[in-house]
Amino acid sequence: MKDINDARENPFFRRQELIGLLIFAALILVVFPAFLDTFRLNLVGKYLTYAFVTVGLVICWGYGGILSLGQGIFFGLGGYCMAMFLKLEASSVANTKIQSTPGIPDFMDWNQLTALPWFWKPFHSLPASVIAVIVVPTAFAFVIGAAMFKRRVGGVYFAIITQAVALILSILIVGQQGYTGGINGITDLRTLLGWDIRTDHAKFILYFVNCLLLLGAILLTQYVTKSKLGRILVAMREKEDRVRFSGYSVADFKIFAFCFAAALSAVGGAMFTLQVGFMSPSFVGITPSIEMVIYTAVGGRMSILGSVYGALIVNFAKTTLSESFPELWLFGLGALFIAVVLVIPDGLAGMLSHYIAPYLGKLKPASDAVNGKSPLNQTPAE
Amino acid sequence: MSSNSGNSDGFSRRHILSGLAAAPALGLLGRPAWAQASVNTTGLAVTDTEVTVGILHSVTGTMAISETGSVEAEKLAIDQINAQGGVLGRKIKFIQEDGASDWPTFAEKAKKLLVNDKCAAVFGCWTSASRKAVLPVFEQYNGMLYYPTFYEGLEQSKNVIYTGQEATQQIIAGLNWVAKEKGAKTFYLLGSDYIWPRTSNKIARKHIENVLKTKVVGEEYFPLGHTQFNSVINKIKLTKPDVIYAIIVGGSNVAFYKQLKAAGIDLSKQTLLTISVTEDEIDGIGGENIAGAYACMKYFQSLDNPNNKAFVSAFHKMWGDKTVIGDVTQAAYLGPWLWKLTVEKAGSFDIDKVAAASPGVEFKGAPEGYVRIHENHHLWSKTRVGRARTDGQYDVIYETADLVEPDPFPKGYQ
Repeated sequence: MKDINDARENPFFRRQELIGLLIFAALILVVFPAFLDTFRLNLVGKYLTYAFVTVGLVICWGYGGILSLGQGIFFGLGGYCMAMFLKLEASSVANTKIQSTPGIPDFMDWNQLTALPWFWKPFHSLPASVIAVIVVPTAFAFVIGAAMFKRRVGGVYFAIITQAVALILSILIVGQQGYTGGINGITDLRTLLGWDIRTDHAKFILYFVNCLLLLGAILLTQYVTKSKLGRILVAMREKEDRVRFSGYSVADFKIFAFCFAAALSAVGGAMFTLQVGFMSPSFVGITPSIEMVIYTAVGGRMSILGSVYGALIVNFAKTTLSESFPELWLFGLGALFIAVVLVIPDGLAGMLSHYIAPYLGKLKPASDAVNGKSPLNQTPAE
Repeated sequence: MSSNSGNSDGFSRRHILSGLAAAPALGLLGRPAWAQASVNTTGLAVTDTEVTVGILHSVTGTMAISETGSVEAEKLAIDQINAQGGVLGRKIKFIQEDGASDWPTFAEKAKKLLVNDKCAAVFGCWTSASRKAVLPVFEQYNGMLYYPTFYEGLEQSKNVIYTGQEATQQIIAGLNWVAKEKGAKTFYLLGSDYIWPRTSNKIARKHIENVLKTKVVGEEYFPLGHTQFNSVINKIKLTKPDVIYAIIVGGSNVAFYKQLKAAGIDLSKQTLLTISVTEDEIDGIGGENIAGAYACMKYFQSLDNPNNKAFVSAFHKMWGDKTVIGDVTQAAYLGPWLWKLTVEKAGSFDIDKVAAASPGVEFKGAPEGYVRIHENHHLWSKTRVGRARTDGQYDVIYETADLVEPDPFPKGYQ
C-alpha cells in the first residue's frame, strides 16, 4: 500500500486533475454547444447519460473491485421511474379519449387494463417521481448488495448474479406488458409539467441540465475517491481479508460502493428518458450492462474523467461507424474493443499516464511527476 | 440545413450534367420538368435531378434476418423506379441506416434521416416496437414513413403509410375460411408474448366467440426466443382443438414446429393456421417440419399473376435465385412505388401534400395484385390462405373475392 499517498499529498484536486476537469467542462459546456447542431448535441447529451453509469463503475469496479455486469438494471429503473411520470402526464383524459378507458397509458388500454395499477399512482407527482428515480434503484441495489456481500459472495460470482438479475428484470418488464409497456417500452413522452420536452429549445436546456448534473456527479465521485472511504475501497480491492481483520466491515463498504454506482446510474437513466423521449427494456438487459462496462474499460476504470471520455468515444464511434458502414459497423466496433483490451488494458486514461504523462513530467517541476504515480494510475490486481 | 445548401452549391456541375442526361428521358415520358421551388416548399433534400429518401431497417442484430428482405425489396423498387425515370423527373438516392434491432437506435437514426438528411420519405421499421419508437420522431419533424409489416392496428398517423395488413384484415378472413372449410368448432390460441400476437389473439377470440359462435379452448403466450413448447403441445394433445391458431414469431418458430412434429402431431391431419410464418421463416423452420400448415396473409411468393412473376424474377436477378420472398418483403416493395405514385398525384414532395394525396392512390402493378390506400393510410388488399409445401413454398388455396377494408380501430373487437 505504499502508493497510497497520505493526506498531505492527497488534496481534493491535484493540478493535473483540476486542469482535466476544467478542460472537460469547457468541452461539454462551451465547445460542443458552439459547434454541434441540435441533433448532434442531443446525441452527445445521450452519450453523457451513460457517463453517469461509467463514473459509478469507477467507484464500484475500479476502486472497489466489484465488477457489476448489471448496471443497466439501475439505469433502466431510473429511466422507467421518469418515463412513468412523463407517460402519465401524456395520458391525460383529453389525449386518450379514443381509448376504451381514457386517462390511462395507451399500452394499458391495449392490454385490457381498465384502471391504473397501484404502483403507478405515485408517479402522478413529480417530486415523488424524482425521489423514486433515486430511491427505487438504490434500494434495489441495497437488497442485492446486502444479500450477496453479507454472505461474502464476490468476484466472478457476483458479476454473474448481477447479470442474471438484469436478465430477470428485462424478462419481467417484457412479460408484464400491461403494466410496463412490454418490449415496446414506454413511448411517446411529451411534456414535463406542461413544458414540451420534444422541442429543440427544450433539448438544448436539458443538455445543460444533464451536463451540470454530470459535473456534480464527477465532483461527488472525486470526493469519495479522495476520502478515507475511497482508500478503504482500494485497500479492500487489493487485500480484502486484511481490511476485514483490521476491523472494517467489508460488506458495508461494498454495499455502499454498489449503491453509490446504482444511484448515479439511475440519475443517468432519468436524464436519458428526458432527452431521448422514451424508455425501453433494451436498456435493462445484459447487452447494455456489458456495454457500459466496456465504456469504462475503454476510458480507464481508475479514472473518473477517463471513463466519461470512454462513454463519449465509444458511442461516437458507434454512431459514426454505423452511419458510414451500416452493414459492417459491428465488426469495426468489435475490433476497437479487442484492440483496446490488448494494447491499453488500463484504457485511454492508462495510456495517457503511462506513455504521455512521463514526457509531460519532464517539462514540469518534479513534484508533478511524482504525483503521476498516484493510486489513480495503478492497475487493480485482478 | 447544411446538407441542403451543400447540395445546391457544391454539386451544381453534376446537376447540369445529369440534368442533360435526363432531358431526353423526360421528353419521352412527356412530363414537364418541375421547377424545384414548386415541388419542394419545405426544404426537403430534393434537387432538380435527385431526391433523397431513407431506408431504416436492422441489418445487424436479431431482427436482421427478417428485415434484410425488406431492404432488398426497397432497393429493387428504387432501382426500377429510377430506371423508369425517377419521381417527378428526379432520380431517387437513398441513405441507408441501421436500426441494429435496438429501438432507441431506430429513433436516433430516424431523427438523423429527417433532421440532418431531410429525407423526402423513409422506408423502414419492422417490429411494432421500432415503429412505436420512431412514430413520435416522424410526427414531430413531419416525415413520411412507409411501414411494411403486418401489425396489430390500433394506430393511425398522418405521417405513416402502412403497406402491410392490420390485424383484422389478416385474421377475420382466415377464421371465416377455416370455420367454413374445416367446420372448426374449437380453437387453441398461441402467441409470442408481445403486443402484436396479444392484440391479434384478442381480435381472434372475439371473432371466434361472438361472430362464429364457436369456442376457444386454450390461450397461451411465450417469451420471445422461447424454445420449450413441450408442455403446451401436451395440452394441445389433451384438448384436441379443431384448429391450432399460432402467432409465434422469430426463432421460436423453429423449435415449435420441430417439437410439434416430434410429438407426433401430423399437420396433414391437425389443422394449424398461422399468421406469422412467411416463406422467410420456413427457410429457418425447414419445409418438412411445417408442410401441411395453413398460413393466412396477403401475399405468397407462389401467387400466379403476371405482376408477381415479373417481381419474383427481378428480385432473383438482383439478389440471387435462393432468396425467398415473404409477405413483408412484398409489402416493403410497395412502399417506394406507392410513394412515387402519391408524389406524382400531389405534384409535390411536400410531406403535407403527400399525406393529403395518399388516400385513393392505386397501385395496379403490385405483385399481390391491385392495392389502394384507404383514408386511414392503410391498404385495401386481398387476404389469402396458403398451405405449406415441403419445398418451403405455399400453395395458394383461397383468396377473398374482394379487397378487405383496413380497420385499425375495429368496433366490437376491443
